[in-house]
Amino acid sequence: MNVILIVLLLLPLVGAAVTLVPGLFGADPAVAGRRALRFGAAVTGAALLASVVLAVGFDRGHSARMQATTDLSWIPALGVRFHLGVDGISLPLLLLTTLLTFLCAVYSLRRLPDGPGTPSPRAYTGLLLLLETGMLSTFAVLDLLLFFLAFEVVLIPMYFLIARWGGENRGPAAARFILYTLLGSAIMLLGFLLLGLHAGTFDMTALAHRHGRGLSHTTQILVILSIGLGLAVKAPMWPFHSWLPDAHTAAPTTGSVLLAGVLLKMGTYGFVRVLLPSAPGGMATLAPYLAAFAVVGILYGSLACLALVRPGAKGDLKRLIAYSSVGHMGFVLLGIATLTPTGVNGALFANIAHGLITGLLFFLVGALKDRYGSVDLDRLTASAGGTGAALYGRAPRLGGLLAFAAVASLGLPGLAGFWGELLAMFGSFHPAAGLSRSAYLVFMALAGLGTLLTAGYLLGVVRRVCMGDPAAPAEPSAEPRPSSAGPAPLPSSGLLDVQAHEAAAWTPLVVLTLVAGLWPAVLLGLSNPAVKALLGGS
Amino acid sequence: MTALATPMAGSLIQSIDWQAVAPPLITAVVALGVLVAELFLPTRHKPLLGWISVAGLALALLSLVPLRDGTRATFCLRTATGAADRTACSYVADHFTLVLQLLVLAGALLAALLSMHTVKDDSLPPGEYWFLLLSSAAGAALLPAARDLATLVVALEVASLPAFALVGLRRDGKGGEAALKFFLSSVTATAVMLLGVSFVYAATGSLHLTRIAAALPQAQTQLKTLALVGAVLTLVGFAFKTAAVPFHFWVPDTYTGAPVAVAAYLSVVSKVAGLSGLALVAVVGFHPYGRTWGLALAVLAALTMTLGNAAALRQRSDTPHSAVRLLAWSSVAQAGYLLVPIAAAGYGSATARDPLGATVAYAMIYGVVNLGAFAVVALIAGRIDDYRGLFAARPAAALAMAFFLLCLAGLPPGVIGLFGKVVVFRAAVDSGLGWLAVIMAVNVVVALYYYLGWTAKLFQPAPAPVAPGAPEAPGTALRIPVPLTLCLGLAAVTGVVLSFAPELVLQITSGSLFG
Repeated sequence: MNVILIVLLLLPLVGAAVTLVPGLFGADPAVAGRRALRFGAAVTGAALLASVVLAVGFDRGHSARMQATTDLSWIPALGVRFHLGVDGISLPLLLLTTLLTFLCAVYSLRRLPDGPGTPSPRAYTGLLLLLETGMLSTFAVLDLLLFFLAFEVVLIPMYFLIARWGGENRGPAAARFILYTLLGSAIMLLGFLLLGLHAGTFDMTALAHRHGRGLSHTTQILVILSIGLGLAVKAPMWPFHSWLPDAHTAAPTTGSVLLAGVLLKMGTYGFVRVLLPSAPGGMATLAPYLAAFAVVGILYGSLACLALVRPGAKGDLKRLIAYSSVGHMGFVLLGIATLTPTGVNGALFANIAHGLITGLLFFLVGALKDRYGSVDLDRLTASAGGTGAALYGRAPRLGGLLAFAAVASLGLPGLAGFWGELLAMFGSFHPAAGLSRSAYLVFMALAGLGTLLTAGYLLGVVRRVCMGDPAAPAEPSAEPRPSSAGPAPLPSSGLLDVQAHEAAAWTPLVVLTLVAGLWPAVLLGLSNPAVKALLGGS
Repeated sequence: MTALATPMAGSLIQSIDWQAVAPPLITAVVALGVLVAELFLPTRHKPLLGWISVAGLALALLSLVPLRDGTRATFCLRTATGAADRTACSYVADHFTLVLQLLVLAGALLAALLSMHTVKDDSLPPGEYWFLLLSSAAGAALLPAARDLATLVVALEVASLPAFALVGLRRDGKGGEAALKFFLSSVTATAVMLLGVSFVYAATGSLHLTRIAAALPQAQTQLKTLALVGAVLTLVGFAFKTAAVPFHFWVPDTYTGAPVAVAAYLSVVSKVAGLSGLALVAVVGFHPYGRTWGLALAVLAALTMTLGNAAALRQRSDTPHSAVRLLAWSSVAQAGYLLVPIAAAGYGSATARDPLGATVAYAMIYGVVNLGAFAVVALIAGRIDDYRGLFAARPAAALAMAFFLLCLAGLPPGVIGLFGKVVVFRAAVDSGLGWLAVIMAVNVVVALYYYLGWTAKLFQPAPAPVAPGAPEAPGTALRIPVPLTLCLGLAAVTGVVLSFAPELVLQITSGSLFG
């Protein structure tokens, strides 16, 4: 078992190193590029296989226990141990990571942004694999400093994915992404050091076992403030979210999918894995504030989306989904802030659901962008006489999938988005003992309002993108377009429907969204014992 | 060495532990040998001098091996009974000394490899160049071993005086101006330091650091101010060498005026020498004033890293020599990080860990990656904008440069740079300097902006050649000189190995370095 976990982490790392070997993929750049992409798909596929094997071998009866553990001394001078393991909390996230990375690699076989100034596919493959290494390690390591290292590993590849393969305004967006995250994580490192030096160990399992014993209340508060800042930037929690919309708008499709699908989860995972068990006293004090910020995030995210979906707002669909992520991650944070098993389970479920659904949404929007050249809602609508982009009529399967993803995202019962948010609100109906119930009831009511708003803007998206008269001619643009600098008119007919490679990348996400929605016990049964153990058997 | 070590009574002959003093001694002897040999060598054999110097430095490095126990000392004072007093020696080869000598000599070795083609291309006088480089290295190697103020001052001057000449050796206007600027500010600092040393001697009656530390608390009340002023003035002199604020303004002009190899040497060897002197004087000599200089150094560290980074941020990438200037400002900022654990040592942490180890470990990491970065700059030189498209033209050099820059920034894949920062942060958090740790964290993020901007340039597509007259790489430029390759390879391999096994360097931080 532990060999499989190590193999899982090493595969992408070695793969990334292999892409650096000069001349390996042949001399002809075009052929070498294709081979590199196939190599990437093969390695990520192997990683997916390894993670599936890991899941099959996982003892579901003891999901609270760390399994497939490796514990070796790495840097004795710092007390850093090479400590790996998976439990019911990290296993689903590992699977999500390998799945999404593999799907991205498959998708990129056909749809990699290219053009003048875009680097070779080989570099892309190398960065994707390095990114996967970082993401997987984040969920698999059990040492605070290793966790920090893994947290940082993802920055450079994601920076280059945005800065080199991104759309317009990519340079500033990428710089903003990395500076925000790094500022958070530098403070987080100080928190880790404070925690580790006061507790005498950097080992997460030992820290969880101790449940904050031996840490003064002040220390716990300081630890949570500093570590929480780093995690909150990553999650992102309002008001530290402002890097996210820019990064998503500029990132290439696969970058967006992995950013929303996995990178954001690293923040909330840190809350559950590190902060909840290591500093419970401090969490009890600060949880209401966390919940308040989370609820503000929910409302803020959905209001921003509502503003973007209005006609004439020039709302970019990618930016809209990015803001919706702020709202969805607000639910996750609210669940964590209840400090109850129900709420934390809901948070973890919502994590996975958001990864599946938003991954799918970003894939779909990327496909729209490929076809129309823009995902500006106004321009999409204008392409069909102003009533709507009429995707149902022109590309029925694409339109249907988009509508499916949208209703899954708004939390329709029976789909994955439903359970996580419901449980998070359940959790805040009965918050942990010692937390002010009336405050949490207000939070719950506001979060409920947030679900309504979410439904409002997502249905608005469906109406404006999917519906409309396919036969209507393109409306002449309302404003006079400058003759040379203006964007080219959007094609109004002859849209390609879902292609084979797209279907291959999207089907697993659709299926899993259904499975998680109809049979939530698969995930909850895994996470529940581990959550209870982390919360101290409450 | 100094005449102070001779005893007042008994035999005037004292036994010298030649093996303990071998590292600086070998370097100095080879320096003289090279200078003399140049007179007799025919011109076509002159390049041999460089290899002789490299061999000499390698030999000096080897001479560290028998000392690895860290228990040797020589030039000791006598006690009343006539036996050698092992606590008051002028030359001590403990672990602090050995690690820093390793760093200084290895840094000088890499700088020497870096210099080989500079000496040839710029037709610098080889005999003089190698003599000056080795003399300076000998001084820098002596400095960490020195345990009395007179030896410290002498060693510091031996390390600095040849450096002025090295900077000015390229006989154009720029080199001269750079050397003069460097010389004047350095001499002022030395004068101030000597004044401080005399005050301390007046107040305590001793030049040996351990005896000063013992005498300071018992100083007569009317001499207390004198002792404190003396201590401050002494520290100022060493702060100059480390290019701490406000003694940092000479750095960029001096670095750009000097040959790149000399700039690399100054940024690592000179800086580390100054730093070891500062650490010795502060931690060993002025230990009783720990709180005072601890706070002063903490403020100094915060200012140094902030101003260094702010200046680096403002450095435009399209001006001539912007690459060296950026590295110069970055080295100022890095000096700020290096000062943090020394400041922490003033607060005397509760744990058994010696914060100084963090400085030494970080200095080693910084030395390796900074020399590597300078090696790439020596290869490409010029403006940061010239680095655009380097990955397409020379993938290996570009990858190495990216690795060095990310190590300096402290971001994976530069793992060792990250852990270097971690030990510095730990030293600060350990001793309760939380505010300094936060300032440093912000600075690390700010610094990332320019390091990453440079790294990103490496992978951008090369600009289309504008005019045929532009200084495009001529055919010969594609060949990298062998010594340069060797230097680059050594730095890169060391960096990568350390990234996989950080324990190799970080073990320094786990125990006490003295005794």
